[in-house]
Amino acid sequence: MSQPLPMFQPVQATTWQMYRAMVGVGLLCGLLIVTVYQITLPVIKRNEAIALERAIFQVLPDARASASFQFNEEENRFEALEETTEGGRLVYAGYDDAGQLVGLAIEAEGMGYADVIRVLYGYSFAEDAIIGIRVLASKETPGLGDRIETDEAFLQNFVRLDASLKPDGTELAHPIILVKPGKKTNPWEVDGITGATISSSAIADMLDRSTSFWIPLVQRRADDFKKGAS
Amino acid sequence: MSMHDQPPSGTDEFIKGIWKENPVFVQALGMCPVLAVTNTAMNAIAMGLATMFVLVMSNITVSTLRRVIPRQVRIATYILIIATFVTIVEYVIQAISLDLHKALGAFISLIVVNCLILGRAEAFASKNTVVRSALDGLGSGIGFVFALFCLGAVREIFGAGELFGVELFHDGFQDWVVMVLPSGGFFTLAAWLLVFNALRQRREAAQAREVAI
Repeated sequence: MSQPLPMFQPVQATTWQMYRAMVGVGLLCGLLIVTVYQITLPVIKRNEAIALERAIFQVLPDARASASFQFNEEENRFEALEETTEGGRLVYAGYDDAGQLVGLAIEAEGMGYADVIRVLYGYSFAEDAIIGIRVLASKETPGLGDRIETDEAFLQNFVRLDASLKPDGTELAHPIILVKPGKKTNPWEVDGITGATISSSAIADMLDRSTSFWIPLVQRRADDFKKGAS
Repeated sequence: MSMHDQPPSGTDEFIKGIWKENPVFVQALGMCPVLAVTNTAMNAIAMGLATMFVLVMSNITVSTLRRVIPRQVRIATYILIIATFVTIVEYVIQAISLDLHKALGAFISLIVVNCLILGRAEAFASKNTVVRSALDGLGSGIGFVFALFCLGAVREIFGAGELFGVELFHDGFQDWVVMVLPSGGFFTLAAWLLVFNALRQRREAAQAREVAI
């Protein structure tokens, strides 16, 4: 620094002055951060819960209430969690006004064009199909890849996307696959988007992977999700 | 404070940051958020306000503590103060709106390394009174919000045909997708710098003429 120092500041600070300044400021800053964190935490948690519930109701249009379930691998069954929380390896059950199970909302993720894409999809036991999808996080190119969220024709794929199992219930009867735009002939195929091939095939891939893992499992343990079962 | 004082008045400290020393259009500081999160007017204003809050609060704190912070440890201390206010802003934004937090993403944390803020702390707040430092921070902050809004508005109008999410053109409008991409930020910034430099040259020419007369 070439500017002359103000008169009141001693040029040669003592060790104590330096410690005092850094430790003192550090202490104050620490207090401030922790206080604000404690105050905002409940609000942030509530916001997250509301956002998650809104997403669940969007992919399960008939649902009016939801509950989180975790798969317990040791006991080989789904266990209800106290409150709706977001986290790994959870599935969310949606119930209608009468308390009847309308379906499950399951999270899937996979590598897109720009970064990992995360989606939530709704699975209906009655239809044996995916009945809705919502992108939770994506950094796909605006105007091209992000059409996986807005393109009407693409979203039509997920109004009823077949996810039925083979008779023995161990795997999907037909893998979910991407076909060229407008070439969809079977209920388990996904029409791609011109100009967003990688993004739309990422969606089809992650749905295929996620359904082949979860659907046999949830079909076998479907009773776990009935209200009052656990 | 009167206009006859030798140091510039508080009003001058406030005004200079908005126009004559605008952080973006004149000093070209803090380019990372300027280019990255100005794809819509709303994001731009939110980012600007977050930066302004940190700027004002860190200026006030640095100025208050200027007599107890030895210059040997000043950078470390300033950064700690700035980082604290950035963390606070991040939590508050998350509490206000998760969508906004998602849209601004990592760029909220990156306010810590915005050279505008450390620059004002080092060049101004560490040598001036609390009131003057607050005014200086407020002025620069408003100048920053103004600049980000200029970019965000232009990019949203051309890139999405909207302003604050309100549809501006009839259905025939084809969005200029490039404007919401990073390259659109560079184009728009260049265009605004052209405008501001042209304005400045015109003003200087007028002043030169006045002096000549």
